[in-house]
Amino acid sequence: MNVTINGAAHELPPGATVTQAVQRLTEIRSGVAVAVNDEVVSRGAWDSTPLAEADRVEVLTAVQGG
Amino acid sequence: MNDDLLLGGEKFSSRLIMGTGGAPSLDVLEQALAASGTELTTVAMRRLDPSARGSVLDVLSRRGIKVLPNTAGCFTSGEAVLTARLAREALETNWVKLEVISDERTLLPDPIETFDAAERLVADGFVVLPYIGDDPALARRMEQAGCAAVMPLGAPIGSGLGIRNPHNIELIVESANVPVILDAGIGTASDAALAMELGCDAVLLATAVTRAHRPDLMAQAMRSAVVAGRLARSAGRIPRRRYAEASSPMVP
Repeated sequence: MNVTINGAAHELPPGATVTQAVQRLTEIRSGVAVAVNDEVVSRGAWDSTPLAEADRVEVLTAVQGG
Repeated sequence: MNDDLLLGGEKFSSRLIMGTGGAPSLDVLEQALAASGTELTTVAMRRLDPSARGSVLDVLSRRGIKVLPNTAGCFTSGEAVLTARLAREALETNWVKLEVISDERTLLPDPIETFDAAERLVADGFVVLPYIGDDPALARRMEQAGCAAVMPLGAPIGSGLGIRNPHNIELIVESANVPVILDAGIGTASDAALAMELGCDAVLLATAVTRAHRPDLMAQAMRSAVVAGRLARSAGRIPRRRYAEASSPMVP
């Protein structure tokens, strides 16, 4: 299954969840938020939210700015 | 004398809100934030970079500073609402500095998109602190929309031009029933003092400190300036006169 994580192409096993997408970037869960196709997925739902082919996953955190 | 800032239902003894953009390193930022005495500081939300070392969040939590996520970099109401919701999820706060800019060159706030986003975020339970132009009519509309404060600019972000239209800032202060926070344009300590003398409740600044030659010293200067300006405002300045008025008794 091919998905986009923060703009880069990734291949994940079929049925992979949001958690597995996040783990491609970091093991840390705090201070991180995820949107799939522009919809926020709350942290409590990462394990139970499966991804689909061509999903766009955005993994954000706080940085210096503003 | 207790002179706390009441904002979004919380009390702050510091009236200096800091930004974090422009600091050359997290160490320099941390020293500046500590010197500023700030209790509320903005951060931006960006794609997670696995190679990044250290986090601005660690700095804020180490210093006991409340985090205020912003929507910097958003051009539309939709982007800003999504960014605010992601920030709420990541940082576990329903506070947001709402910033929707109109173009990269001026970074001036887009009033239509900002107002639309404010209405949507207020309805979604956010404490909304909107960055707006120095427009008294817009400030009133933002307050009516349920914003917890209004944050008019003094001058464009990062310009250091100070307060270009002090009269408009006074007009906003006169009619506001929520805190007025002067946001953007501060160049040096006298600008921050002027904002407070004009009646603003707080000042938000970043670049003036983070890009100063000595950020820690400038942070200290801003801290003192905000306190001095607030005291002067509370004390009540003397009227301006065209001619001298002797301060010593006249010679008989």
